[in-house]
Amino acid sequence: MSVREEGRVSVLEKERDVERRPPAERGPRRRRITDEHGRRVRGWELALRYLLLLAVLALTVGPFLWQLSTSLKGPTEDIFSSPPKFLPGDPTLHNYKRVADTIPVWDYAFNSLKVAGANVVTNCVGSALAGYALARLRYRGRRVATLVFILAMLVPVEGIIIAQFTTMRELGLNNTLIGVVLPGCIGAMNVLLMRNAFLNLPYEIEEAAFVDGANTWQRFLRIALPSVKGTLAVVAIFAFMGAWDDFLWPLIVLSDPSKFTLTIGLNYLHGTFANDERLVAAGTIIAVAPLIALFACLQRYFFRGVGEGAVKG
Amino acid sequence: MASSSSTARVRRQLPTSPWLFAAPGLLVVGVFILYPFVSTVVNAFTDRRTLIPGTFVGLANFRELLHDDMFWIGLRNSTLYVLGVVPALVLLPLLLALLVQKNIPGITFFRSAFYTPVVASIVVVGLIWVWLLDERGLVNSLLESIGVDRVGFLSDQWLLLLSAMAVTVWKGLGYYMIIYLAALANVPRELHEAASVDGAGAVRRFLTVTVPAVRSTMVLVAALSSVAAFKVFSEVYLMAGPDGGPAGEDTTLVMLVQRTGTGLTGRVGYASAISVVVFVVTVALMLLVLRADRKEDA
Repeated sequence: MSVREEGRVSVLEKERDVERRPPAERGPRRRRITDEHGRRVRGWELALRYLLLLAVLALTVGPFLWQLSTSLKGPTEDIFSSPPKFLPGDPTLHNYKRVADTIPVWDYAFNSLKVAGANVVTNCVGSALAGYALARLRYRGRRVATLVFILAMLVPVEGIIIAQFTTMRELGLNNTLIGVVLPGCIGAMNVLLMRNAFLNLPYEIEEAAFVDGANTWQRFLRIALPSVKGTLAVVAIFAFMGAWDDFLWPLIVLSDPSKFTLTIGLNYLHGTFANDERLVAAGTIIAVAPLIALFACLQRYFFRGVGEGAVKG
Repeated sequence: MASSSSTARVRRQLPTSPWLFAAPGLLVVGVFILYPFVSTVVNAFTDRRTLIPGTFVGLANFRELLHDDMFWIGLRNSTLYVLGVVPALVLLPLLLALLVQKNIPGITFFRSAFYTPVVASIVVVGLIWVWLLDERGLVNSLLESIGVDRVGFLSDQWLLLLSAMAVTVWKGLGYYMIIYLAALANVPRELHEAASVDGAGAVRRFLTVTVPAVRSTMVLVAALSSVAAFKVFSEVYLMAGPDGGPAGEDTTLVMLVQRTGTGLTGRVGYASAISVVVFVVTVALMLLVLRADRKEDA
């Protein structure tokens, strides 16, 4: 059985095989492509797998590429042709310039950046402090404080937007970027994530530091915080992504077009120039490119965030 | 409050610091989450408007809801959304996770690529699909090139809702795939091997080994996705437009909250009553999923 399928193992894998295997083990049995349990994967199964993977790839990444392709097509190129033309015949950045002429897209991008940046800072600082207070410090009312954050996490934000808006108006902060940031600036979910991270640290190190005379702030900053950097990175990334991508809340709180964030600006662009597909396509690419770049660089934190934040509603 | 409790293993140096640490978080969560929640529930029993404080009106808002066609349309659409999206988001990401589970060459690239729609903003995703599903868009071009008539995905009330559901599923696939991957990693291989030895094929093994082993994760995904689906706003808002498609027939409950409660003449009280319905259904959905889970256990 093995002889027949041996031939189908990829060349690449064979080369690696030869490099890795200690000479003593060389024998009739060769190392093959195996699954997570160490069992070998059969050739036809492998081919089928790659075929399916490519099909799903076309389905998940294809739409982004089509949007990119549309955004690069010039005014004279037919974007409605059937069968479709996947590659722009004469790629041009013309549409990107037109977006900037139509709406202040770079100002919107800067507004988004400000909101996302502020959201990262406040969430990291606020949830680290509160998480530490919930996990490590002893005081009366700690359980109540934990419960407050758990309850806040369970509140469906979509249901309270009108009241949030009213609150914001009472504070005189509607139609400001501060108003966009405030409601999510210290997420209850992030506080609980940080609390769990601190709880998982061995207590003994902090105890030793205490014996050496370190006060709360010193223990927090020098010992506890550096040990939870990974979780802090997850909080930072999801805070950035959440603020950059958010739509419903900025849509409600912002009314002045000069204060728009990118998502609201895009919605406006689409609402006003829906028939100019190349223009809208260029706008969406401007909005999505920074996040895809961020994701490409920091993938493992994105994935870790899903695992740790799976309870998020 | 400042005195150390007897259980304290680490005594504080600065007596006020624990509350100082927790204060910013408590303040934000209290003022911008819990207070608006309480005020939503209170407002639901008033006739408050954006610029008018309003008075207590008892159950008048809820009685009005019963006779409001738009409310029933919203409730219907949000419920349909749950029914359409949840089965797909429980099953498809699991199949996808099985597909990317094996460590074959290049698999990390595929895993990351499948996650891309999760990273993109819902506005970007919505607009991408508005263009793809346009009367003259890519999907229709492809259909035409294989000899199928063009379909008005975004002009028919039901096709629009279905398209929005498809977009929600498309954007959520990668997220739940990662959740399932973590769960699959804990399925003992002996179970699969035993089933193989017993002659079970791939489908049998999926049903008798994989599904029972990741069932608690499936329940989690069902709970998360049903709550999220019932609160759908952005996909439908972007694809059907702010007014909710032809004659507003695609309006969802959260869209109705947004439309009713904002603006200078916004009916805050009435919108809050709709919000209360959203809260109640959300909690009911969670309980329903958890109860279905317990029944299967018995």
